[in-house]
Amino acid sequence: MRFRARVRVMPRPSILDPQGQAVAHALGELGFAGVAGVRVGRTVELELEAASADAARQGALRMCERLLANPVTEDFALDAVEAQP
Amino acid sequence: MKIAVVRFPGSNCDADALAAAAASGADAYYVWHRSTDLAGADFVVLPGGFSYGDYLRPGAIARFSPVMRAVASHAAAGRPVLGICNGFQILCEAQLLPGALVRNGGLSFVCRPVRVRVETDATPFTARYRVGQQLTMPVAHGDGRYVADDATLDRLEREEQVVFRYVGGNPNGAMRDIAGITNEGRNVVGLMPHPERASEALLGSSDGAAMFALAAAAAVA
Repeated sequence: MRFRARVRVMPRPSILDPQGQAVAHALGELGFAGVAGVRVGRTVELELEAASADAARQGALRMCERLLANPVTEDFALDAVEAQP
Repeated sequence: MKIAVVRFPGSNCDADALAAAAASGADAYYVWHRSTDLAGADFVVLPGGFSYGDYLRPGAIARFSPVMRAVASHAAAGRPVLGICNGFQILCEAQLLPGALVRNGGLSFVCRPVRVRVETDATPFTARYRVGQQLTMPVAHGDGRYVADDATLDRLEREEQVVFRYVGGNPNGAMRDIAGITNEGRNVVGLMPHPERASEALLGSSDGAAMFALAAAAAVA
């Protein structure tokens, strides 16, 4: 079966995120009020062949640990694992 | 002395590193990243550049190149490995050095000469320098801000594994002004500045040349 897994990788809260700061600054310049903070990360979509949703999830988690996120600077979350037609 | 300069797709300081290595009198040659051995190298250089286009994170994909298994074995045997700029990023991703290099604090790419202080002479690459000596070398990077957790930083300081520290201005916001570090075995060194671009007077500085002129003893240590 085919699954789509969506992985969210974000900079650790303890790591300064200059991209987020720059976006927050730009939003302020554009007149958007009330932006208390911005952080910029990345989303990775994986198309996976797996026997079950759980197997796809386990595979995606191992991919995060090995390559998709750097454990020193980033946290990751598996947002969704959806069966594909 | 045989010096292997590893080329990844996207390396762009490989020729400069080879020239600096050859100028030290060594037998310097390239090793392609698909190679699984280092052709008997005494000393391995991972040069600067943008391996794999810095996709995902700088060094994240290069660290899984076949040659990196040979580099890890070389390092585990106590033999010298020098990672310059992208090479430093690859060594951190490969966990041959602790910590990580992330986007510069000011976001912009910095390309200019910087001054660093030699913090230890107890590595093969800094044995020819004095502790406290200041070197001028260029940096050229967008992701050079060294980060690690406090425990790691404290350990690096305590074990004298900080090799170079920026002085007179920190170009990227690196924690504790760290420009270069070594591993526990002191045979693997990574730094963001480019010694190969400061390897002869014609280039504006020859302060980096000695980093390629390892004592013969260092190669077999």
